[in-house]
Amino acid sequence: MKSLLPILTVLAAIVALWYAGTVWLNAQWTHDQAARAGVEVTFAEVVADAMAQERPVLPAPHQVARGLWDGVTGHKVTSKRSLVYHAQVTLSATLVGFVIGTLAGILLAVGIVHNRAMDLSVMPWAIASQTIPILAIAPMVIVVLASVGVTGLLPKAVISAYLSFFPVVVGMVKGLRAPDHMQLDLLRTYNAGRWDTFWKLRLPASMPYLFASLKVSVAASLVGAIVGELPAGASAGLGARLLSGSYYGQTIQIWAALFAAAILAAGLVMIIGVIERGTLRRMGMVR
Amino acid sequence: MKDTNATTAPVIEAKGLGLTFETNDGPVHALKDVTLTVGKGEFVSFIGPSGCGKTTFLRAIAALEYPTEGTLTVNGMSPDAARQARAYGYVFQAAGLYPWRTIAGNIKLPLEIMGFSKAEQEERVERVLALVDLDGFGRKFPWQLSGGMQQRASIARALAFDADILLMDEPFGALDEIVRDRLNEEVLKLWARTEKTIGFVTHSIPEAVYLSTRIVVMSPRPGRITDVIESTLPRERPLDIRDSPEFIAIAHRVREGLRAGHGDEV
Repeated sequence: MKSLLPILTVLAAIVALWYAGTVWLNAQWTHDQAARAGVEVTFAEVVADAMAQERPVLPAPHQVARGLWDGVTGHKVTSKRSLVYHAQVTLSATLVGFVIGTLAGILLAVGIVHNRAMDLSVMPWAIASQTIPILAIAPMVIVVLASVGVTGLLPKAVISAYLSFFPVVVGMVKGLRAPDHMQLDLLRTYNAGRWDTFWKLRLPASMPYLFASLKVSVAASLVGAIVGELPAGASAGLGARLLSGSYYGQTIQIWAALFAAAILAAGLVMIIGVIERGTLRRMGMVR
Repeated sequence: MKDTNATTAPVIEAKGLGLTFETNDGPVHALKDVTLTVGKGEFVSFIGPSGCGKTTFLRAIAALEYPTEGTLTVNGMSPDAARQARAYGYVFQAAGLYPWRTIAGNIKLPLEIMGFSKAEQEERVERVLALVDLDGFGRKFPWQLSGGMQQRASIARALAFDADILLMDEPFGALDEIVRDRLNEEVLKLWARTEKTIGFVTHSIPEAVYLSTRIVVMSPRPGRITDVIESTLPRERPLDIRDSPEFIAIAHRVREGLRAGHGDEV
């Protein structure tokens, strides 16, 4: 496990910096409290207090870890106080959005590669769509869909899909165009049509590109689902946890929710990675 | 250049063939006034420096390029019609095997597209693998094979659907000389066994002389035929025939033809 050492070293450095930041940022409050009470505090007392405040500016790593642990194991998974419950709400919107976004991305890429008009027209729009701040679009999507009676998971999934289709379009266009002239000429000598060219050459050739895109797009899907939970004042989901945490100054809750989201994203990317390795190995593309 | 070997049925007939590419720097005459008849069962090599149109001519036969002047027929049809009639197999400089298909899967590619039955596909794969001496390698993936073996697999792929004509565009150009010698021997054996008509593009003089019944020497700007040399070598050709005076005489004439075509540029 030689590779573990550098990883642990970096992790230790981050944790150390974090603790230093905790003391530095939270000390002010300790000093203010002490001044109000008219007592002197030693540095050791400041450090001890900075790590144990209820609403710290920056919670210490162990506070976040405990918040995360309590959130995951401290309540029934159906409880509104359980992080598992909120993660599952966000995850379902993420997955639905991811599927919609991926399908839309693949279809657009197929269109772009096979149709000259789409090639010239779709890409600029796709790029423009990603330059609009998602935070500006999200409330409008929620409001518009709510006005036609669509609420709950679907509006969040739409925002999620909006973010996740783009990497798939870019990756798949590149992947479907990966076959070189020689490979296309070879199929022409067999008198192969577009259909055969697509199924037997373009699609298999695009697989490594697709999986690279999916890893980016699944993480973007999660961001989209969380952002979709913010403007509606949703009562459930990691976004809702973030929002209520910031309303009530529950910094530990915010950080715990952030880490839950990060762990979720890492898990999703890892699952895609496993599927990627399995698929490419079965296709003989991994040595 | 007058044809002397048009005694057998003509398979490829080019008359006054011209092909001009329009580029930003003006027109490029890839081929100009090319007249050639290739008879059934001939092994014709095209040799010349780059830009002489040898590959373009082969591609025109395969309907991958379209001539701008003259006429070109393959088996008495237009190249397009000949392609639809599966008249030829094409071997490119790179093997171009699909990395996601096994060797057998790669050979099945044209068979799937042409709609052969599953049983027939299996049977043909076995047969052409044996033909190129790759029995038992069907389940390997391309990366598990050497460059020479990959190129043999790509020849097997071109043979799988029984085309009468085999067009080979510098198939061994990327291989080292030892492998190339072996493959040259095997191509000759293959030719003797299958009696196919072969068009072979190369830039190696010994390769052209060793393999061909006829050598077409070409030169660039514009791409044209400068000499057509009948080989006097017997059909049976051991590798050491290349040290015979006859072989050296033909190779000399090819070299002279290449030099003349180059004019004062070299």
